[in-house]
Amino acid sequence: MTTADLDSPRQLGQVYSPADKAFRRTAAGIGGTVLVLTASIGAFLGYQAIPTLHRYGLSFFTESQWLPQQDVVGLSAVLVGTVEVALVALVVGFPLALMTALYISEYAPARLKGWFVALIDLMAAVPSIIYGLWGFFFLQPQTIHVSRWLAQHLGWIPIFHVDTDPNSASWAQTRFTASAFIAGLAVSMTVIPLACAVMRGVFAAAPLGEREAALALGATKWGMIRTVVIPFGQGGIIGGTMLALGRALGETVAVLLIISPAFDIKLNILQVGTETTSALIAGLFGEASKAQLSALLTAGFVLFVLTLAVNTVAAVFVNRSRSGAATEI
Amino acid sequence: MSTIDLLEDSLAHSAPGSSAVGIDAVDVSAWFGSNKVLERVNLSMPPRTVTALIGPSGCGKSTFLRILNRMHESIPSAKMAGEVRLNGEDIYAPTVRITHMRKRIGMVFQKPNPFPAMSIAENVTAGLKLTGTKASRAEKAEIVERCLQRGGLWNEVKDRLDQPGQALSGGQQQRLCIARSLAVNPDVLLMDEPCSALDPTSTRRVEETIAELAPDVTIVIVTHNMQQAARVSQQCAFFLAEQGTPGGIVESGTTKQVFDNPHDPRTSDYVSGRFG
Repeated sequence: MTTADLDSPRQLGQVYSPADKAFRRTAAGIGGTVLVLTASIGAFLGYQAIPTLHRYGLSFFTESQWLPQQDVVGLSAVLVGTVEVALVALVVGFPLALMTALYISEYAPARLKGWFVALIDLMAAVPSIIYGLWGFFFLQPQTIHVSRWLAQHLGWIPIFHVDTDPNSASWAQTRFTASAFIAGLAVSMTVIPLACAVMRGVFAAAPLGEREAALALGATKWGMIRTVVIPFGQGGIIGGTMLALGRALGETVAVLLIISPAFDIKLNILQVGTETTSALIAGLFGEASKAQLSALLTAGFVLFVLTLAVNTVAAVFVNRSRSGAATEI
Repeated sequence: MSTIDLLEDSLAHSAPGSSAVGIDAVDVSAWFGSNKVLERVNLSMPPRTVTALIGPSGCGKSTFLRILNRMHESIPSAKMAGEVRLNGEDIYAPTVRITHMRKRIGMVFQKPNPFPAMSIAENVTAGLKLTGTKASRAEKAEIVERCLQRGGLWNEVKDRLDQPGQALSGGQQQRLCIARSLAVNPDVLLMDEPCSALDPTSTRRVEETIAELAPDVTIVIVTHNMQQAARVSQQCAFFLAEQGTPGGIVESGTTKQVFDNPHDPRTSDYVSGRFG
């Protein structure tokens, strides 16, 4: 062995047993397939989008109307509607998911905990068409009164404004139906279990040592949660919310059942009519011609990119959270 | 005067070292579920004294320690009987607010547990915030310096008080935790094997800290290290749980007597290293 050999790092190698080799290859193959599938969906949508993007260019993102018969298609109103519905779902769903997760993880009696977890999981298992039906037949007739109240008292804020007189004795109920607000409420039901499960997971992982440290200093339970559990769960709170946002952006059936399609860019979420990307695709897909199909697939491509981006950010936050990296000496 | 008034009264004292508060366990028993782990333990831990609790693993000494500041009951299925008297008042009385009690009876854990989201200085003052104690910026700075000095950490961290507490070494973290418990002016400081995760040098620093605190604070320390018990404590209690029976105190007295002239042969066997 020469001096040079000793001076440079050795190449380390090892021999794997045949069983180990086989398992590694199978696992790598299956893992790779998932990545290839996701990439191929994106590639397919992107490829299908080329003719449309080529034809309409940037106006595809600035045009609000969707009139393929008149050769006018654009996503701007639809994207605004998509974001509005998703934000309503988050604004309503976030506090509910957070409080539910804190209650289950910190306050619920031990013997009830399992039941609550199962119930939340069950909530996630309910098909979203059920939430759509529930939203349409049960929620909407009740919610229009809430919408009216909001319009009466907060109508001076643009998002709560409705183009009708909410104070009129025979108020125009139909002006308050089929809105982004009501669709958002139904969508929130589909995202709460997801956000709640992620948050509960990180809260439950808050280290016992730090919890006891806070309690031993004379902290109240809430003080302990504020200083230990919530800072520890921060990544999970943000990540769970982003996952919920990703889900809300793509939610289709619950929205489709509730909204009535409207293609104008408007911020008043309480007023009748809106449109979301996924509902647009689901609604028009059946009777689309070849050119229209390409436009719809382009909308799908935009939605795909949007949700992929949101979910990637969510994954980064969830992975960054301190779970599993508790104080080691 | 009600119990609460008495507590508020003694909470009002702010000067360190003004306390002369002992803690007494009277007929303390403990269970986990239906499993009895402590049987009628009586022990008086006088003010300004370091009391060491020694004994083999599983003899109930940590459980006993956690009963002294009501941390025991935070475990589901944990139960206790008997009384723990702080300055003569039962800390388990229904009129007592548990957060007040825990503030007066501080605890240092086996594994250093600084709050990772907080800086060194914030860790020290965490107890003030958690107990809703108001303090001005200047007062806080003074508390941080005083407590870190009493914890024997000031010289090592005075130039980097705004750095995260977790960046410290294990031994420094443990002294930070001691400083943190001192910031709320406890009358009693409970230490659950505070050196078991530390290297010999850090252990020596913590032992020095204990010796410096002893004139001001009543200290109860659980330790597996017999030499440590002999070095730091004036009083010693030997716990033992014989097969299938709940733990209890075999012998207690001055550390010198327990180590040099034990009355019970089991104590003699343990302190001379014949078992455990």
